[in-house]
Amino acid sequence: MPSSADPWNVGGLQLTSRLLVGSGKFRSFEVMRAALLSSGAELVTVALRRVDLDRAGHADGNSGDVLDHVPAGVHLLPNTSGAVDADEAVRLARLGRAVTGTALVKLEVTPDPRTLAPDPIDTLRAAERLVAEGFTVLPYCSADPVLCRHLEEAGCATVMPLGAWIGSNRGLRTRDAIEVIVAQAHVPVVVDAGLGVPSDAAEAMEIGADAVLVNTAIAVAADPALMAEAFALATRAGRLGHLAGRGEVLEGASASSPLTGFLT
Amino acid sequence: MSAAPGRFARHLLETPPVRTPPAAAPGDLDRALAAPSLESLPVLLSAEALPRLEELAQRAREVTLQRFGRAVRLFAPLYVSNACLSSCTYCGFSKGLDVARRTLTVDEVVAEARTLVGRGFRHLLLVSGEHRVEVSADYLVACVEALRPLVPSISVETQTWSDDTYARLVAAGLEGVVHYQETYDRARYAETHLAGWKRDYDRRLASTERAAEAGVRRLGIGALLGLSGDWRADVVAVARHAVWLQRAYWRTEVTVSLPRIKPSASGFQPLVAVSDAEYVQALAALRLAAPEAGIVLSTREPAALRDGLVRIAVTTMSAGSSTEPGGYLTPGTAQEQFSISDERSPAEVAAMLEAAGYDPVWKDAFPLVDVAARLP
Repeated sequence: MPSSADPWNVGGLQLTSRLLVGSGKFRSFEVMRAALLSSGAELVTVALRRVDLDRAGHADGNSGDVLDHVPAGVHLLPNTSGAVDADEAVRLARLGRAVTGTALVKLEVTPDPRTLAPDPIDTLRAAERLVAEGFTVLPYCSADPVLCRHLEEAGCATVMPLGAWIGSNRGLRTRDAIEVIVAQAHVPVVVDAGLGVPSDAAEAMEIGADAVLVNTAIAVAADPALMAEAFALATRAGRLGHLAGRGEVLEGASASSPLTGFLT
Repeated sequence: MSAAPGRFARHLLETPPVRTPPAAAPGDLDRALAAPSLESLPVLLSAEALPRLEELAQRAREVTLQRFGRAVRLFAPLYVSNACLSSCTYCGFSKGLDVARRTLTVDEVVAEARTLVGRGFRHLLLVSGEHRVEVSADYLVACVEALRPLVPSISVETQTWSDDTYARLVAAGLEGVVHYQETYDRARYAETHLAGWKRDYDRRLASTERAAEAGVRRLGIGALLGLSGDWRADVVAVARHAVWLQRAYWRTEVTVSLPRIKPSASGFQPLVAVSDAEYVQALAALRLAAPEAGIVLSTREPAALRDGLVRIAVTTMSAGSSTEPGGYLTPGTAQEQFSISDERSPAEVAAMLEAAGYDPVWKDAFPLVDVAARLP
């Protein structure tokens, strides 16, 4: 297995970087842009509710919106954050396709404004409708193995189970479920939400996730660009560790030089 | 005939009465600062806690950053009318005051909105006095429908309505409803709300519940500090109200505002003056007691105080506001509701936020009804 080229694929889009990043919560668009560049990410998710959908131009003091600050060559992944049910998510996805020209959509349906926990029922309903309309659907979802099977059967391009509550920086709290999801999936598994430090990303990749999506941990770091680079390295390290195949976990010590080697 | 108490009013009746918090012992204060909660809010608000304001502010800042990040939502009030059938002793729009009255036509409302959109705003709050003829349900629905293609987030702060009207407004694309109780003290409420629909304490208090049940997704509540003699009791009550609403209506975002009484045409004098330090204490303590509630701060407060409070507790701000109908395009044609203190432009407020390391959020919403599908 070559350690340099290790591409993966989302709905026909060939990608090298396995770190996806979000564009929210940065203290300025300049800081966001610097972090996106140092992350090496090829796919950046953008909240449509933060975008001027009519692209009507901007007033004094309004430095445009996020679309004006994404580096050239980075693919946009519009998301439906703010949608509280399937109808809203579908409508927002259509607006996003009209504005950005991409059929990729990160589906988010979060009726509870406090936990922002994804609604499994309406996420599945919206996914079915969006796939039928020709979207490439990447659904943010609960770390539930059966839900992930349903989303895959509905024709989603990936599943994106949460590692912990969104924005919480709590790490890979759903590890046991993610292991099952990874083992069963026929589409890429992208661990989304909750990864707080680079080692969390490495952990997700080591257990076989195809990619991770990180936003808050980078955006709220004291030095977002440096943290973005750290996540890129950790994602890569975790991926290589997964490919390399770890040694067996043993109860006790196992001497690397057998004690009885002298007998032969 | 008064309305029957709503769900929260009954909840309040079942909980211990809110009075001026008892003097806090030093140990109480240490515990409250270490593990702040709704229950410890009276201690955090006590006079004894004031010497530890810096500590309180530091705790509040941590919670605000953790829950809301470095994003501050910007909005503008758009006064559509100062006609009013209610008599409230503290308000410049009160019925019977001999002031210049004006109700904008729907076209005039759209023209004001275009001006605000030109300044960057995508979140507007339509404000009016209480006049069910000049500012009728039909008028408000027409305003929301006319603004919908232009403004992704529309809220109203008007008189209270029936469930049907809230549902009509939601169907038209309304996102939020703001109803301040002003004071939760029933006796003082009766002394200051002399006539009109606003006189009915229970109707007003239950209106946020009716709005939430009709599908309104953002609720704004508040208390007017200085209206009752016990501002601390009102802060406790509004915090309880916010937390109760969040539990009862889990899909709904709740924001709280604690305006201090400002000079107005009413000539009203506040019963108590809330000092700047006490005001900071109130907002910091509110943040800790209701960590998930957005906190709104208007241009009533001066620039220096607003700039300080956004680093501690505030998550939503207005900017460049006018409080008179038509005040953005044709100022001076109607009485303002109250005088504003922070007269900076929206761009200047945004620049302040950026310099302080915050992201000024002009747009954090999308059209709630399918605008394109309704165009001819």
